[in-house]
Amino acid sequence: MVTLTIDNQEVTVKRETTILKASEKVGIEIPTLCYLEGLPPYGACRLCVVEILKEKGNQIVAACSFPVEEGMKVLTNSDRILKRRRMLVEFLLARCPDVKAVRDLADKMDIKKSRFKPKNEDCILCGLCVRVCNDIVGIGAIGFVNRGKNLKVDTPFHLASDVCIGCGACSYVCPTGAIEMELDAMKRFRESLGSEHKCRYALMGLVSYKVCSNNYECWRCKVDQRIRDTLDTHPIFATKGIKTEKVKQYFSFLKKIQQ
Amino acid sequence: MSNKKIKTLIDLERLKEKALSLIYPDKPKISVGMATCGISTGALEVLQAISEEVQNQNLDYVLGQTGCLGFCQKEPLVDILEPGKSKVVYAEMSPDKVPELISNIANHKIKKEWALCQIVERYSPRLDGIPLYEEVGFFKKQKKIALRNCGFINPDSIEEYIVKGGYFALQKVLSGMKPEEIIDIIIESGLRGRGGAGFPTGKKWEITRSSKGKIKYIICNADEGDPGAYMDRSLLEGDPHSVLEGMIIGAYAIGASTGYIYVRTEYPQAIVKFTQAVKQAEKYGLLGKNIFNSGFNFEVRLNTGAGAFVCGEETALIASIEGGWSGPRPRPPFPAKSGLWGKPTNINNVETWANVPVIIAKGADWYSKIGTEKSKGTKVFSVVGKVNNTGLVEVPMGITLREIVYDIGNGILNNKKFKAVQTGGPSGGCIPESLIDLPVDYERLTEVGSMMGSGGMIVMDENTCMVDVAKYFLGFLEDESCGKCVPCREGIEKMREILTKISKGEGEEGDIELLEEIALTVKETSLCGLGQTAGNPVLTTLKYFRDEYEEHIRNKRCPAGVCLDLISYSIDAEKCNGCGACVRACPTQAIIGKKKKPHSLDQEKCIKCGACYEICKFDSIIIK
Amino acid sequence: MEKSQLICILQDIQNELNFLPLEVLRYVAEKLEVPFSLVYHLATFYRTFSLKRRGRHLINVCLGTACHIRGGVRISEKIERELNIKSGTTTVDSKFSLEVVRCIGCCSLAPVIRIDGDTHGRLTQGKIPHILKKYE
Repeated sequence: MVTLTIDNQEVTVKRETTILKASEKVGIEIPTLCYLEGLPPYGACRLCVVEILKEKGNQIVAACSFPVEEGMKVLTNSDRILKRRRMLVEFLLARCPDVKAVRDLADKMDIKKSRFKPKNEDCILCGLCVRVCNDIVGIGAIGFVNRGKNLKVDTPFHLASDVCIGCGACSYVCPTGAIEMELDAMKRFRESLGSEHKCRYALMGLVSYKVCSNNYECWRCKVDQRIRDTLDTHPIFATKGIKTEKVKQYFSFLKKIQQ
Repeated sequence: MSNKKIKTLIDLERLKEKALSLIYPDKPKISVGMATCGISTGALEVLQAISEEVQNQNLDYVLGQTGCLGFCQKEPLVDILEPGKSKVVYAEMSPDKVPELISNIANHKIKKEWALCQIVERYSPRLDGIPLYEEVGFFKKQKKIALRNCGFINPDSIEEYIVKGGYFALQKVLSGMKPEEIIDIIIESGLRGRGGAGFPTGKKWEITRSSKGKIKYIICNADEGDPGAYMDRSLLEGDPHSVLEGMIIGAYAIGASTGYIYVRTEYPQAIVKFTQAVKQAEKYGLLGKNIFNSGFNFEVRLNTGAGAFVCGEETALIASIEGGWSGPRPRPPFPAKSGLWGKPTNINNVETWANVPVIIAKGADWYSKIGTEKSKGTKVFSVVGKVNNTGLVEVPMGITLREIVYDIGNGILNNKKFKAVQTGGPSGGCIPESLIDLPVDYERLTEVGSMMGSGGMIVMDENTCMVDVAKYFLGFLEDESCGKCVPCREGIEKMREILTKISKGEGEEGDIELLEEIALTVKETSLCGLGQTAGNPVLTTLKYFRDEYEEHIRNKRCPAGVCLDLISYSIDAEKCNGCGACVRACPTQAIIGKKKKPHSLDQEKCIKCGACYEICKFDSIIIK
Repeated sequence: MEKSQLICILQDIQNELNFLPLEVLRYVAEKLEVPFSLVYHLATFYRTFSLKRRGRHLINVCLGTACHIRGGVRISEKIERELNIKSGTTTVDSKFSLEVVRCIGCCSLAPVIRIDGDTHGRLTQGKIPHILKKYE
């Protein structure tokens, strides 16, 4: 176990715990945009930067990925950190002026306007959709394209994907609403899967054989409804992520409907 | 040479004896410098001409090639070694000089005007009238350790490498030395990473060795993305075995059985030479299973880059080899604990690996006596830019910038005024004239706001605009940023935009302060080294050349005469003699005038391409 | 571990076919059992890959620091004027493609360009037309 202080509050956690997790334990909130429970830390948004007090010049690190050390002294809201974080939010505000998640952050920090020329993006390039599709769902229908200021998220050649299973996990994790489920696109499932017509929860590996009897009009599906009511997270995370009480209930429910 | 595997010290010594005649044949030997720089200046044509001439005259000479001697300014270089005599190095050779060169050898004559220097070989008598290698201004203050064989052996020949002592260090290591002993030697020597950050090499090896897990990897970082730096290329082209031997020794010390080398795709010849070296070593059993009968197995694989500067950063390099998302990863965990495929991985730069065999052979004590207190040994620098003698130099740490620029570099091109030296590539900074007596080592360079980096040293004169330099570097970083993290992706673009504005004469009060704030944010919050050092070009040029920025902003003037929107071309009527060369060179017919009378330039038509300035022999073009 | 060969595979393909066609990338993804999006990512991330067909001869103008200081930009502009194309594009007759590279590592000979495998250094604007004529 390791004991450290965060904003002058002492906290004791297991070794290998990140500063972010340790802060949660004492109720200190550090802003994040690209962090998601169940995925390894990515380190892209940099909003979670904190200051570690050292003898010879303090160190600035990302709380989401930096492990705690015995005796560490962390400041999450020092003047220097606030200054840096403000500019990061200004960058995001300039890039995505109409995105609610960014505007909320700006409001919290009392930033009325960005000093920089506005663009018109709605994607903050947090990478959550790509990481979920690749690492959790295991399909990789979308990915990063280009690099630097031209970096974007897209399907190869911007063509409609023929491997997407319509699970909606990307849309679920997106903090800005830049990715949305197009119900129209479910047409493809109706046309392409022939007589198989597997339920998309089957494609997610959640149900073993369930065949869709609803013509992929999931909003009318009892299975879908029940899952939404039961879980407090997207179904895909239920299998690959946290085993909360609700998830356990969900699995016992699944067993029942499979009978 | 032979097909027998080298398994013992005696095998090695026997091969060395047999191969001696390769370096010292009993007939005249002609070697042409065939590194990329040599070839670009016509070395291939020179070699062909020599080959033809030798054939035509029925001469029994040995023809060979060699790597980069370092004096790139004087390429193509050809050296002649006659049995029992000193080697003579001829500079700036061309096919038309070849017939005379060959007939001189046949008649035991030497054309002194063409000779750069002589190199004494095995106590040969000194030749009259030709400076010794050690006396030539360019070479005098150098001390070649990493570059010990470059330009002196044929890089295609493992046998020549062995004659020069190659693989004896490996044999020593594998004949009973413990890995911990080897690591201690490297720690005591004081060797620090030559790729940029200067982390103590021995310590890194130790951490990797003691990290949990049976499978470990070593990697040679040959991505050398810093523009202006080419020491790694020259090492791989001129002496690939020195790097390979270093890697095998390191792998043994760390406990790795597989090594990777990551070479940028822009270095095709380096890729060919290193691949060849690996095959040769495998053939002799110096790579593969049970090396020197020690039970140690090691194999090397080659991966290439495909055009991304960020892949020189160690976590991005690892990601590139793994084949997934090509971007850096948060550290910790550091590669020494969790690197390639999650295993402990030791990454070192080409030049670092090349130093290892010599340190083992000559000892930590010997190495630690060279250099300064905290920066031991030597460093290879590429001295380029507005300097007379451009080339690759290896000097002891602690030498001053003045010595490099004036003694080795022979001063500024065209007698212009020295302005600054840029070190450390896009991660480094500019060091002004006032600091020209700065001893060069890791700490000193960092103290003044720059860094050692990979060793690129770009000399700038009074016609270099520091705002333009900052804009250039930020433009480079903007192209090369992977885009993953917010500060680097957004901040670098913003800095570059402001610098472009300033260079166009549209700068405003407050721009400098905003630049500084962005630079600090990017520096302190970026994910990887690219972003973390991206602010340096701005911060150092502001530190030492703030007045130049202010001149651009307040007076819309570019004192160095570079920023196109702030300068104009005109003709000095007093110097112009109406030769008309500029008229022909001008792509927009902006120059008019009668023959033999001073010409004039139409500003409206002028696109400031500089063609007239380039071609005018009478210095009549004024740029203000 | 086949994923670690992806870059080399794409390079070999591009050397054969001059560029990376869509169908070939899809095939590579299938054969190596990696997501098509990953292959596409690599093809668009790395500067030396091209999804569009390029000219018979590739001109790489080096704009490394040494080349920049010694007039590399002027050389680039001169080539653009000579061939009537902008950097990053191909001539109408598909003879030349012009791209910027940083850096080739021949800094002592700045400014430098590379055409196919040939490196030309110590350049002046005046030398450009003659060099370009050498290529069919």
